[in-house]
Amino acid sequence: MVGHRFVGLAAAVPGVAITVFGEEPRRAYDRVHLSEYFAGSSADDLALEEPPSDATVHVGERVVEIDRESNAVHTDKGRRIDYNTLVLATGSYPFVPPIEGNEQPHCHVYRTIEDLNAIKASGTDARVGVVVGGGLLGLEAANALKNMGLATHVVEFAPVLMGTQLDDGGGTMLRGMIESLGVSVHTGKNTLRIVAGESARYRMEFADGDTLETDVVVFSAGIRPRDELARECGLAVGERGGIVIDEYCATSDPHIFAVGECALYDGRIFGLVAPGYEMAKVAAGAVAGNRDTRFRGADMSTKLKLLGVDVASVGDAHGRARGATTYTYIDERDHVYKRIVVNKTGKKLLGAVLVGDTDDYGMLLQTMQNELALPNHPDALILPQREGGGMPAGAVAALPDSAQICSCHDISKGTIVNAVADGATTLGAIRSCTKASTGCGGCGPLVTQLLNVELEQRGIEINTDLCEHFPHTRQELYHLVRVERITAFDELIERHGRGLGCDICKPAVASILAACWNDHVLTTPHAPLQDTNDRFLANIQKNGTYSIVPRVPAGEITPDKLIALGQVAKKYDLYTKITGGQRVDLFGAQVHELPLIWRELIDAGFETGHAYGKAVRTVKSCVGSTWCRYGVLDSVGMAIAVENRYKGLRAPHKVKFAVSGCTRECAEAQSKDVGVIATEIGWNLYVCGNGGMRPRHADLIATGLDDEMLIKLIDRFLMFYIRTADRLQRTSVWMENLEGGLDYLKSVIIDDQLGLVADLEADMEHVVGTYQCEWKATVEDPEKLKRFRTFVNSEQADDSLVFVRERGQRRPALESEMA
Amino acid sequence: MHNPSNADWTTVCALDAVVPDTGVRALVGDAQVAVFRISQWDQMFAIDAVDPFSNAPVLSGGIVGDVRGQLVVASPIYKQHFSLHTGECLEDEAVAVRTFDARVLDGHVQVRRFSSEGLPLAQPSSCEGKPLAHPG
Repeated sequence: MVGHRFVGLAAAVPGVAITVFGEEPRRAYDRVHLSEYFAGSSADDLALEEPPSDATVHVGERVVEIDRESNAVHTDKGRRIDYNTLVLATGSYPFVPPIEGNEQPHCHVYRTIEDLNAIKASGTDARVGVVVGGGLLGLEAANALKNMGLATHVVEFAPVLMGTQLDDGGGTMLRGMIESLGVSVHTGKNTLRIVAGESARYRMEFADGDTLETDVVVFSAGIRPRDELARECGLAVGERGGIVIDEYCATSDPHIFAVGECALYDGRIFGLVAPGYEMAKVAAGAVAGNRDTRFRGADMSTKLKLLGVDVASVGDAHGRARGATTYTYIDERDHVYKRIVVNKTGKKLLGAVLVGDTDDYGMLLQTMQNELALPNHPDALILPQREGGGMPAGAVAALPDSAQICSCHDISKGTIVNAVADGATTLGAIRSCTKASTGCGGCGPLVTQLLNVELEQRGIEINTDLCEHFPHTRQELYHLVRVERITAFDELIERHGRGLGCDICKPAVASILAACWNDHVLTTPHAPLQDTNDRFLANIQKNGTYSIVPRVPAGEITPDKLIALGQVAKKYDLYTKITGGQRVDLFGAQVHELPLIWRELIDAGFETGHAYGKAVRTVKSCVGSTWCRYGVLDSVGMAIAVENRYKGLRAPHKVKFAVSGCTRECAEAQSKDVGVIATEIGWNLYVCGNGGMRPRHADLIATGLDDEMLIKLIDRFLMFYIRTADRLQRTSVWMENLEGGLDYLKSVIIDDQLGLVADLEADMEHVVGTYQCEWKATVEDPEKLKRFRTFVNSEQADDSLVFVRERGQRRPALESEMA
Repeated sequence: MHNPSNADWTTVCALDAVVPDTGVRALVGDAQVAVFRISQWDQMFAIDAVDPFSNAPVLSGGIVGDVRGQLVVASPIYKQHFSLHTGECLEDEAVAVRTFDARVLDGHVQVRRFSSEGLPLAQPSSCEGKPLAHPG
């Protein structure tokens, strides 16, 4: 691969003619993805792009001698080619431990497509396979054996897996995860000999006396540089092999270069493709006479998926530097191991090991490579980013544009920066136009930080303050109200704000107070905070009159109540319309009429519908199994129960529900904030849907729920939304801006990762337990009734209002109709 | 600038009838007036009740507060802010409502009937949000 890269680069240099010799019977292919050969890729799939047409390529022809005297090479086919410059890209060969019996027919190595073909052939009538070597390649090979359906074992001489890349803790975590995938791991095993087996072809005998029967053995115990040609012609080689090169990739003979795994720079072999490519670039430059690019060693950081397990290693993973200290995070339940190595002063990152969750790889690598200053508590880099967290302030700005931010979709910082420049100014917008943070969502905090930095740099103010009176977000205010048990706006603004308040913070705080303590919204300290709708418990219309929407739970209504509604509407000449939420809206009432109308409605058995509030509105339902021949469960019954439970709950915005009795979904639950759909095995719960201006399909969050669990999850969902959403943020937008998205929401309300569930349920229990019909409480309270006057100094109605009649009802006159 | 001496005071209601930091709507002559009680300074303010943007008599039902140092009410219909001192709309300087003098006398709220059209009745001597001296 490295040789191929060199050819591609060097062919572009004017006046250079290239001849390539390769001993394998095919042209260069992608060894990094070799294991895909077992997952269905063909040799052609793995082939790298064609070499440049002006390069002469001889495959299946091996160079057997370098004649430095006459600047020529000789091949096994008797060919002699003169050179001006010779580049050795001979790679490496697999090291096979000197074990007795290691040359038997079903003992293989794992390097070339030919090797893989041999392994495949051995595996056709085999049951058990063993890989000797628990390093990176060994685990790749184990994956191949496992994919072939063999009972797979990994035998490692060292006490841990992947000792090159991982520390003990990471190796141990990896081992546990691999074993849970059904691969047996044997560490600290010194194989002595391979003899004929009893239950399988062979029996491996270990120094400790154990044995292991197997049909196939694959050796993957490290690589050795192919330096024999160099050695024979007298080039300098390392003590333990490897062709010595300088920073231009030149060997001890200035006409001969070496690149890739055969080269030894500064006493090290670089067995990864990225440094190999770097060498190819440097050597090609040198051939072209460019002395500016140099190879100065390479970072061996790597991130990969082995047997389905995410593993990453950054820099000095073992903490070998003097004075280095480490921080380790271990989550045994979710199998996550993270360790960072920082320097003596705690200000620089030296290395990291990640197993089970490599989302931080990009961030850690960038932090290390760019020597970004670490936060005061460097462990913040690896602690789960529940709230806040993330990179140290300013560090995101310092990242180069090439820095990978979203590892799931390989989105660079530059891509996100461009998206912001093109007008994506929210996390939601960045998600939809770049796909960043739409995979695992783990980079959400990083993307948010980056977004904030970019907005700031562009002079777009990111002020998350609720308004000029509170230097806090709504979420922070909610927290303050709860923690300090603040029960009134004045108390809150005195302690945490300034000024008098305004039409932004007053209703927002009123909503928070209602969600926390659930006082009547018209009690004295709260009344001035309410928007006009809440202040008169009705919906203001364009001409200043109000409309009235009594609650009709689930849209089920008796004929008597329907008649009562009609009679009230008729008596007060109210324009009457059926709403989208399966209720009836009565329009055109003046303020002084509201209590009169409500007295009659309450007498007829109605309660307030909270259509005026940022609150739980309706639960729409289809008729369900009671009548419908397709119905699976009683959707009306459930909708009534749900509506009665949450009615009046104040929230950052209005909240709509629906319950469908079968998957035909006649109640359109998937367009609601909370949608419930009956299935044969129970209720499916959907959340964060929306109709309206920006429709959003709701997300399925749980399936097959019984009644009790359904209610619990809705309790938690609603309370978590109420706690954390911004002012006037619908659940759909809240979800789109929720760092970690649906998975995070699930982790909070289903898996209880924040330990909040009991709190959320208790909060809801309080609100449910203190419910009162706001209109019933109002008509029974002379003090509250006093405020329902059209004119404070007159009993008369406002006769300046002009109505016209249309289709048998009255409506506000248009301006043109006024004269 | 204006001549309030020819105006009469109209008693509109008992002070108790106005919840602190809210407004009420009153008929003063043939005008509909929004009268606000600001508890911070124990002061009354009065402006037209009719919101010039919606032509609906709704301003008494708006939320009062301060915005950029100005004492304001927010219209419940389209949310513009009107200065309680000057009647000016903060969002559109070409628009203003009339202001009226208002006071508390013997526990009763009084509004002075004739306002100077759209002009501030009191000198906005300070923009720091301090109470302004009201004549009478």
